[in-house]
Amino acid sequence: MIKLTETVLNGLALGSVYALIALGFVVIFKASGVMNFAHGSLLLFGGYVTARLHDAIGFIPAVLVGAALAAALAGLVQLLATRGLRGAEIHTLTILTIGVDVLLSTELNRQVGADYLTMGDPWGADVTRLGSITVADARIASIAVAIIVIGAFFAAFRWSRWGLSMRSAAADPEAAALMGIRLDRVRLIAWCVAGALAALAAVFLAAFPAPGLDRTTSQIALSAFPAAILGGMDSAVGALIGSLVIGLTAAMAAGYQNELSVLGAGFSDVAPYLVMVLVLLVRPTGLFGSKELTRV
Amino acid sequence: MSPPETEAEAEAETQVETEAGTLRVCDLHVSYGRSVQALHGVSLTVPQGRIVAVLGSNGAGKSTLLRAVSGTLALHRGTVERGTVHFDGVRLSGDAARSVAAGVVQVPEGRRIFGALSVEDNLRAGFLGSASRSRAELRAARERVFAQFPVLAERRRQAAGLMSGGEQQMLAMGRALMAAPRLLLLDEPSLGLAPLMVQRIAEIIREINAQGTSILLVEQNAAMALELSDRASVLDVGQVRLEGASADLAAADEVRRLYLGETYETGCGAPDADGDAAYATAASAPSVTGPGLTELGRWNG
Ligand SMILES: Nc1ncnc2c1ncn2[C@@H]1O[C@H](COP(=O)(O)OP(=O)(O)OP(=O)(O)O)[C@@H](O)[C@H]1O
Ligand SMILES: [Mg+2]
Repeated sequence: MIKLTETVLNGLALGSVYALIALGFVVIFKASGVMNFAHGSLLLFGGYVTARLHDAIGFIPAVLVGAALAAALAGLVQLLATRGLRGAEIHTLTILTIGVDVLLSTELNRQVGADYLTMGDPWGADVTRLGSITVADARIASIAVAIIVIGAFFAAFRWSRWGLSMRSAAADPEAAALMGIRLDRVRLIAWCVAGALAALAAVFLAAFPAPGLDRTTSQIALSAFPAAILGGMDSAVGALIGSLVIGLTAAMAAGYQNELSVLGAGFSDVAPYLVMVLVLLVRPTGLFGSKELTRV
Repeated sequence: MSPPETEAEAEAETQVETEAGTLRVCDLHVSYGRSVQALHGVSLTVPQGRIVAVLGSNGAGKSTLLRAVSGTLALHRGTVERGTVHFDGVRLSGDAARSVAAGVVQVPEGRRIFGALSVEDNLRAGFLGSASRSRAELRAARERVFAQFPVLAERRRQAAGLMSGGEQQMLAMGRALMAAPRLLLLDEPSLGLAPLMVQRIAEIIREINAQGTSILLVEQNAAMALELSDRASVLDVGQVRLEGASADLAAADEVRRLYLGETYETGCGAPDADGDAAYATAASAPSVTGPGLTELGRWNG
């Protein structure tokens, strides 16, 4: 029972970090129809900025600067895509993001090297004991921060002018344009928001019990992709639920590794994908996806 | 139809005439991609406060004309190759948000409401393009639309996609009215609606116009459009074939045969009770066997 509770808490913490990544991924897809394969390296970039700056300016300012620069970089990718390749197909833009990913990750890998960069976060390796349950403070913090940030995101999505523009433009770009909504601006903001969310996720991915930020952090972020797809790719709520499902699955598979050893070592790594495939077999459009994923 | 003008001439003209609230389309050439030429020199004027109709069969270029005015051609990979669009003396150059800001709002073909959004959110979206950000003005605009379309007030929290076709058309028009347009572009508002609902929409168009909004009405339902409008143009393969006062066009043999005649054939001369009202004007017009296409040229220009 203790182990189960701890595992669930770990799963929720992981899921909340995945949600930050998956939401950004989905927002970009909704706004511009592009699968952003550079999302992992954007995340790494934001985390890298935070890791480099926290000594000089303190943890929270470093996180804010990391988020701002990641937002700016994401916005730059979007501007490059729409200004530079005006009129290009969505598929071309998707492939462009792969190119951006290669460039960015190569450069970042060189910068990071073989080190683990610390984030300078205040939680360190502290743990909190509630009765006989032990949880890392960093995980509690990640759940708390994710609840606040994701709550703010959904509130903005639901009530703000940007949120409404975003939902309208995703539902029918032409009809939205006819309302005077500026599609390129909506897209730009979507990319920036996604970049900032990814940078925030990097902080928690690198926090305890992870040893720090390293070049594999962007690969861990890949686990958020099945979360987005599981949720239906174009649904923010779906991304959130999908992330929690994937987070819990990954934590369970890792926590009960010994019991699951019949399924082979490394089962916990493939478990998220397994869940994704199983869900897609039953519901090809994902949990909350709209009927078709192709967009005009 | 006025002869093709250069941009400079068109520009000069806007300074001479009082253009307040007038839409002036001059010698418009539009193509999609490199190969499809959709409009070949279309000119058209919508004076302030008037209803002008554009008729034409499938593929004539009616929607293309509206896209050129509303600035959404780029979304279809279309480009204006030649010609100009002016509203209120201001050149509209293919930016949708600027057209809306200038007071020109289009209701697209097929309604295109945001089906997953609530009725209220659809209306809020219609307000996004207006310069105002004030909540009070948003509420005032919404109350105006609710007064015009009481059914929308009843369904305000419902997902828009669950409404009937006629209600969706009303929502599409209400959404456009949220931006308080000076000129409303309507692309086939009667499409797919039962005759009674077509009548209802026609009444609404007249009401909107009576409140001071000019209307450019694109229709395949020629009877309805000619009854509503002051003047009309007939588009055919990207060119204006006929132009004139709507009453004259309704009486013209060519128009009757091409655009009103089909109704009689399918209705076997005895349209059902709901259907005949819309066609009353056409039916009561005297049958003239006079002017053909070329002679109708006297209405041009
Ligand atoms: N997005 C597009 N790409 C390429 N060609 C197009 C596009 N839209 C329209 N066309 C072509 O331009 C011409 C005019 O089309 P348009 O949609 O303006 O006609 P329409 O009069 O509105 O017809 P309908 O009554 O069927 O709506 C047609 O030949 C059509 O095939
Ligand atoms: Mg059309």
